[in-house]
Amino acid sequence: MPVFILSRLLSAALVLLGVSCLVFLLIHLVPGDPVEVMLGEAAQPADREALRHALGLDQPLLAQLLHYFEGLLRLDLGTSLQSKRPIAELLWQRIPATAELAAAALAVAVVIAFPLGILAAVRKDSLWDYGAMSVSMFGVSIPNFWLGPVLILVFSVWLGWLPVSGREEAASIVLPAVTLGMALAAVLARMVRSALLEVLHEDYVRTARAKGLPERVVILRHAMRNALLPVVTVLGLQLGVLLGGAVVTEMVFSWPGLGELTIESIQRRDYPVVQACVLLISVSYVVVNTLTDLVYGWLDPRVRLGGRS
Amino acid sequence: MRIWLPGAILLIWAICALLGPMWVGDPNHIELQRILAPPGPAGWLGFDDLGRPVWQRLVVGAQTSFMVSVMVVAVTAVIGALLGTTSGFVGGWIDHLLVRIIDIFLAFPGILLAIALAGVLGPGINNVVIALSVVGWVGFARLARAQVLTLKHREHVQAATALGVRRSRIIIRHLLPLIVAPLIVEGTFAVAGAVIAEAGLSFLGLGVQPPAASWGSMIRDGTRYMLMAPHLVLAPGVALMLVVLGVNLLGDRLRDWMDVRSRP
Repeated sequence: MPVFILSRLLSAALVLLGVSCLVFLLIHLVPGDPVEVMLGEAAQPADREALRHALGLDQPLLAQLLHYFEGLLRLDLGTSLQSKRPIAELLWQRIPATAELAAAALAVAVVIAFPLGILAAVRKDSLWDYGAMSVSMFGVSIPNFWLGPVLILVFSVWLGWLPVSGREEAASIVLPAVTLGMALAAVLARMVRSALLEVLHEDYVRTARAKGLPERVVILRHAMRNALLPVVTVLGLQLGVLLGGAVVTEMVFSWPGLGELTIESIQRRDYPVVQACVLLISVSYVVVNTLTDLVYGWLDPRVRLGGRS
Repeated sequence: MRIWLPGAILLIWAICALLGPMWVGDPNHIELQRILAPPGPAGWLGFDDLGRPVWQRLVVGAQTSFMVSVMVVAVTAVIGALLGTTSGFVGGWIDHLLVRIIDIFLAFPGILLAIALAGVLGPGINNVVIALSVVGWVGFARLARAQVLTLKHREHVQAATALGVRRSRIIIRHLLPLIVAPLIVEGTFAVAGAVIAEAGLSFLGLGVQPPAASWGSMIRDGTRYMLMAPHLVLAPGVALMLVVLGVNLLGDRLRDWMDVRSRP
């Protein structure tokens, strides 16, 4: 077990190092002079030099990289060009909204996916199965930046049940969470179905039935528990899709989270903030996935022994 | 039989993309008296906020999404497959390095890296292709590598190695043909992903620039007039959904048909 934990942590650290390097390089991909792009052509030469110096862009690349990592270790992400405030402070304000949205979307996905997937598996090849899988196919194929406006049109504009956008009321989260959770629900429902179908033929399921247990207990207590492992793996990986989708969903609903900050900063050419947002979202994804891996190793010996070989 | 529905959707998409712009007329033709006009005899999908015909713009948008997704998938499939097969076959530190690089790219959530790249490179369709390609090769590389790892100890590869066949020839003649089926399936789903990603970037204002049309930018512009003219959002959205649905269904059928999972 210690070997497993150590190897997982080491590879996570390597990935984080690579992610930070890639995010660092982002600003060097700006075509032409990044300082000119950020300040505009009308800027005074003195201001340009000041910004160039503040961002360290007048130093050699390696020195910049070292300076950047030094800042990261002190949790100093620099200053926003627009608001002149520390970027760490900006991010800190936005984290709760994004975390809330992601958690709510995850809840929506789980609540939709499990009944749908279980129903499809238990009644395989029936009308229920085809129906559930068709719903899931649609769910995967509807982009969230379209589903969002359509939901607003129906539930806010026509029916007037829910707020159009923002985060002022408690009910504000419903539409963004459904919009973001739908695609995940679709993927998850398919996973639940196939994972459950695989274990339904196992001997222990037959034994459970032979004992005379009610079908509900057989499915939920015996089959579902073992089917859960691959499903949760997918859930961990899909969290990345969820966080990426949150960026778009937040724009649709003016949800004041990290995604909205990312896009606003892109529009204002406030690249240091863009870098910081991308870094924070990616790092949290890596951390969550590493934690999931570790929890698995603890739950299921097959995973940690496989990890060692 | 069940391949006909997705096949038909995709055929219409391709025809609209390749031939459409020639016969639908000018998508930027403005009719001021028809601003936000709903679907009717003058234009069967109505007119947008500048009085431009929605149907014409939809066809031009089909071209944008088709060109971008085909280009992105072609580029990323070739690069990813070559990198993945080579690295898996050669092994050693090269393979180790590639696995690390893949891990790093996979650590960026979904479309986020593409958004950041497109944002930094600046708006424009070329930068969308670049951004999506930088993100897209990883899936192909990982798949190709995994396939090659299971194939490289097969007898025919060992025989070829024993006969002194060059590595590049073994990869191209003896390994790639065996992994084409899963790559095609992956490529189909990658088209669906690229279509959504292009529209998503254009929705965020990072893709095609006005007056060019993309389904994503049409949805974005339409949301401002959703109360008066819902057709501006519904038309491009339904087109987008149908194409993605068609591609996904085709991918599903291909996967069943080529029986990808039961292969090594």
